[in-house]
Amino acid sequence: MPTGAPMIEFRAASYGRNGRPILSGVSLEVPEGELLVLLGRSGAGKTTLLRLVNRMLLPTAGEVRVRGRATPQWDPIRLRRDIGYVIQEGGLFPHYTAAENVALVPTLEGWDPGRVARRVDEMLRLVGLDPAELGGRRPRELSGGQRQRVGVARAMAADPAILLMDEPFGALDPVTRAELQKEFAALARKLGKTIVFVTHDVHEGLLLGSRIVLMAAGRVVADAPASQFLRIAHPEVQAFAAALDSAPPTGGAPHAGGGP
Amino acid sequence: MTPTSFFIEHRHEILAATLEHLAMVTVAILGATLIAVPLGMALIERKRTRAAALAAANVLQTIPSLALFGFLIPLPWIGGIGPRTAIVALVFYALLPILRNTCVGLAGVDASVLEAAEAMGLTKGQILWRVRVPLSFSVLLAGIRTATVITIGVATIAAAIGAGGLGTFIFRGVAMVNDAVILAGAVPAALLAVVADLGLGWFERRWKVA
Repeated sequence: MPTGAPMIEFRAASYGRNGRPILSGVSLEVPEGELLVLLGRSGAGKTTLLRLVNRMLLPTAGEVRVRGRATPQWDPIRLRRDIGYVIQEGGLFPHYTAAENVALVPTLEGWDPGRVARRVDEMLRLVGLDPAELGGRRPRELSGGQRQRVGVARAMAADPAILLMDEPFGALDPVTRAELQKEFAALARKLGKTIVFVTHDVHEGLLLGSRIVLMAAGRVVADAPASQFLRIAHPEVQAFAAALDSAPPTGGAPHAGGGP
Repeated sequence: MTPTSFFIEHRHEILAATLEHLAMVTVAILGATLIAVPLGMALIERKRTRAAALAAANVLQTIPSLALFGFLIPLPWIGGIGPRTAIVALVFYALLPILRNTCVGLAGVDASVLEAAEAMGLTKGQILWRVRVPLSFSVLLAGIRTATVITIGVATIAAAIGAGGLGTFIFRGVAMVNDAVILAGAVPAALLAVVADLGLGWFERRWKVA
């Protein structure tokens, strides 16, 4: 891949179902190594945009290109194995231990067992979990925060170039959420992966993102570096800025309105 | 003659009939499982066909058992008098609970787990065998348990078409107006059903995830 070419590119991408538009003509480039935050209210089309990247959905108009190739040209299995995906509540396999969850994609990719085991240890440590103590536990034997850490470790296990994260910390209590946000901000800087992070929490977006894209009703309404985002005059940006002002001044995480 | 002395005197016959009964039920359940489980797997993403298949299995189970035996006897190949016809009827009876639980179990897996599996690049086959089947295995076993208990009961009626089994004693005892002979068939049949229910229920709980 030529350097400087966008890792992910939306070209006038639209998506609709049953004649109802969900995304309308989104154009966006995500360069390699960027942590892009997709901000917006529930129903703004953030998750749909994310699902266009790993071909869980195909655009009904326009195109989405990953590493220079339009998604219909990708084998979906190949494409997804190289894109880590983290969702709210983690989506961990309840019948697998934490270690087995993390080992899944490398195993499917045919890594030899010794390398998989080393990788699992490395990933669990990376997200702040002790493999000896917690690796053998099933998801139901872990706390919400621990489950979410395992979800992040699992997404990164096969060393994907891209991470897609859909409100990964949305279901956590405020204290745990603030902890994970802080740690993840440091981790993301260290790893330098291309990350698209969906959230409806403007505080979280400002904390993590190098760039913030605001969506409303299936369109991009603002796109700016995090440092300049709040200065945009668009009413939707100002609505989110107001939400930030009304948050309790604890320096920690504001209440994100409960989340879904 | 008391039932006890009849039991003791005829223990070899009763044991043989019990084994015959068990063999009939086992073959029927294996057959029904081999039909219903793959069918349920094939219908995961075909909602309409699934509804049609469940409706058909439902109709089969609604037919009274003696009538179903009657329908099958005149048919070529599978019909006639004897255990073969009985086993075909028992398979029909066992289909519904197994198919229904297979469909419900496979479709009932947590949507976020399925989404994660798809997003991680698991193929449809890998999602089936690594996610859906292990997570719905206890539901599937519950279907097999229900089917087994039903089949043990219906198989007693199979003696009416010369299929043998414990029903032989029951029909003979009714004809002879002899309680001891009836009980020689009825007690082991009831015990078989209870033991099968408890045993399969234990197995089912062992497989329960989360």
